[in-house]
Amino acid sequence: MTVADERLARTGTARRLLLRPELGAVVGAVAVFTFFAGQSATFRSVEGVANWLDPASTLGIMAVAIALLMIGGEFDLSAGVLTGTTGLITVVLATRYGLAVWTAMLVALVAALLVGYLNGLIVVRTKLPSFIVTLGTFLMLQGANLGVTKALTGTVQVGGLRRAEGYESAHAVLAGTVPVAGTDFRVAILWWLGVTALATWVLMRTRAGNWIFAVGGDDQAARAAGVPAERTKIALFMTTAGAAWLVGSVMALRFTSVQANSGIGQEFVYIIAAVIGGCLLTGGYGSAIGAAIGAVIFGMADKGIVFAGWDADWFKFFLGAMLLLATLANRLVRRYAEEVRR
Amino acid sequence: MKWTKGLVVAAALGLTALTGCSGGPAGQSGGEPAGASAPAAAEAGAFAVITHAGAGDAFWDVVKNGAEAAAKRYGVTVSYQGDGDPARQSQLIDQAVSQKVDGIVVSMANPDALKEAVGKAVAAGIPVITINSGGDRSREFGAITHVGQSEDVAGRGAGDRLKAEGVGKLLCVIHEAGNVGLDQRCKGAAEGLGGTVERLQVEVGNLADATSKIKARLQSDTSVDGVLTLNPAVAIAARDAIADGGSKAKLATFDLSADVVTAVKDGEILFAVDQQQYLQGWLPITFLILYRDNLNTVGGGLPVNTGPGFVTKDNAGQVARLAESGTR
Repeated sequence: MTVADERLARTGTARRLLLRPELGAVVGAVAVFTFFAGQSATFRSVEGVANWLDPASTLGIMAVAIALLMIGGEFDLSAGVLTGTTGLITVVLATRYGLAVWTAMLVALVAALLVGYLNGLIVVRTKLPSFIVTLGTFLMLQGANLGVTKALTGTVQVGGLRRAEGYESAHAVLAGTVPVAGTDFRVAILWWLGVTALATWVLMRTRAGNWIFAVGGDDQAARAAGVPAERTKIALFMTTAGAAWLVGSVMALRFTSVQANSGIGQEFVYIIAAVIGGCLLTGGYGSAIGAAIGAVIFGMADKGIVFAGWDADWFKFFLGAMLLLATLANRLVRRYAEEVRR
Repeated sequence: MKWTKGLVVAAALGLTALTGCSGGPAGQSGGEPAGASAPAAAEAGAFAVITHAGAGDAFWDVVKNGAEAAAKRYGVTVSYQGDGDPARQSQLIDQAVSQKVDGIVVSMANPDALKEAVGKAVAAGIPVITINSGGDRSREFGAITHVGQSEDVAGRGAGDRLKAEGVGKLLCVIHEAGNVGLDQRCKGAAEGLGGTVERLQVEVGNLADATSKIKARLQSDTSVDGVLTLNPAVAIAARDAIADGGSKAKLATFDLSADVVTAVKDGEILFAVDQQQYLQGWLPITFLILYRDNLNTVGGGLPVNTGPGFVTKDNAGQVARLAESGTR
């Protein structure tokens, strides 16, 4: 087939695929999978897949929300510790105050959304960098988690959720397992796929998606074009907080106890996954699917190291090397894609 | 662009080389010279030790050394993994189950969170032995035994001894926010002491800050005449805090390190409660092999106690040599 105008030829499917932000992550994921599948037969078995999809799922839910926020040009360092906060609220209310699990979770959701709303409000009103604002929230939540938990329960772990009313149904919906090919897969994997699909739809098919790209790309221009920048950013912070609630609830229901220090340090992992997935630290570019694949890469590298039987003392080194490698491969592909476009 | 491509290739080669190396020790462990004359029962096996401690913790390195020494002695493979996050610890257990290991050794700082994973291992027919913490839940979860030290008993022992030294107001320094065992030690110490016990929260990952926090507490309340730390590195931080602040408080600690033993010898630390964690690595591997080969269980339904032993000025000299070699 001949095309008269060469500009028309550029919209071919292959080229369009090359321009997708998540392509680098896909290549990285394939590379990491091939690498570890060669190292360990268990890694590529169905059981092995269930093993490494497990950490990828909860990480992925957060990474997708963080990716939306990063595309919108902001950070959230309080997201990790907020998963612990929501879990603690649910467990404390259900076990110490006799609330049904679902009711306790609803209260925790309201609290999480409030934290997200305040994060967003402070950022858009004060124009302070979100890095600083959410760092403040992070520290406050960390202190409150420990302080309030100890004051209410006299200990640093609250447990016993298994005996609370409504535990069975909540556990089945959020923390149960689904048998696939004779192996139990975590139901959180489905939530993760759902969240990724929803986020992708919002980004690619709705007006809100355009607003997110616009406020992350050029805030001033977006405002001038009539984008409700403040509302968009506050909504993004609340989305992240909502995701933290989902993950916090999954964890609390699964382990039936929450430690006062849980979730701390995870915020960087979310950002890492989003960046591997093609999000730029400067905003305005990225994808939800990419962040989900970033989470898969992280899950595979994390568990692959154990499956390969490497000395645990070197664990973090290998993890760092794998992440660097995946991110470099990602950049390589993106640069190639940009050259093709020119 | 060019150098990026080069770097990717170099990194890939580097990783391949590293994995090549790492295959070595695991492969060798079965071929010990002793194997030639050993009875046929000593067939190789693979065991997983999964603790709640991150890499590089001095205390847990001794546990790891114990497990690895046992592996070498029996000609089996032991993989040691640790993670303070209970979610990730339970994933490590799931992983060991899918690798179909011959036995799992697990420390349970947060038993509730591990219930499901341990249950899955037991259901898969893999014998489990719990170590260090979580001994009161061990049987309920289906473990064949628990190897460790009862934290209440050890805390009470420490409290008793501090009382005998005339301590009336004690500062109990907690170094891991999520660890119930540490809370139990402080509670036990309060029972033994009969006096006032105040708790102070520090981060084991930031010892400089721990030192200044302890110092600040001692300076702001001069009636504190005793400090109990629950980790050897924090003990050294507390020793410095006491010296820097010119405090007269007496110091005691849980667990040993070469530095702690020296400080006990020099009279800077009154005593160290020793739970002999080397045994928490060595014994479970031994028990699992006994169970596999001969269906033996140890402890008769009660935990196997590895402590408390006390290291004081009298015996510190002998222990010092061993602590330096990483077995005490």
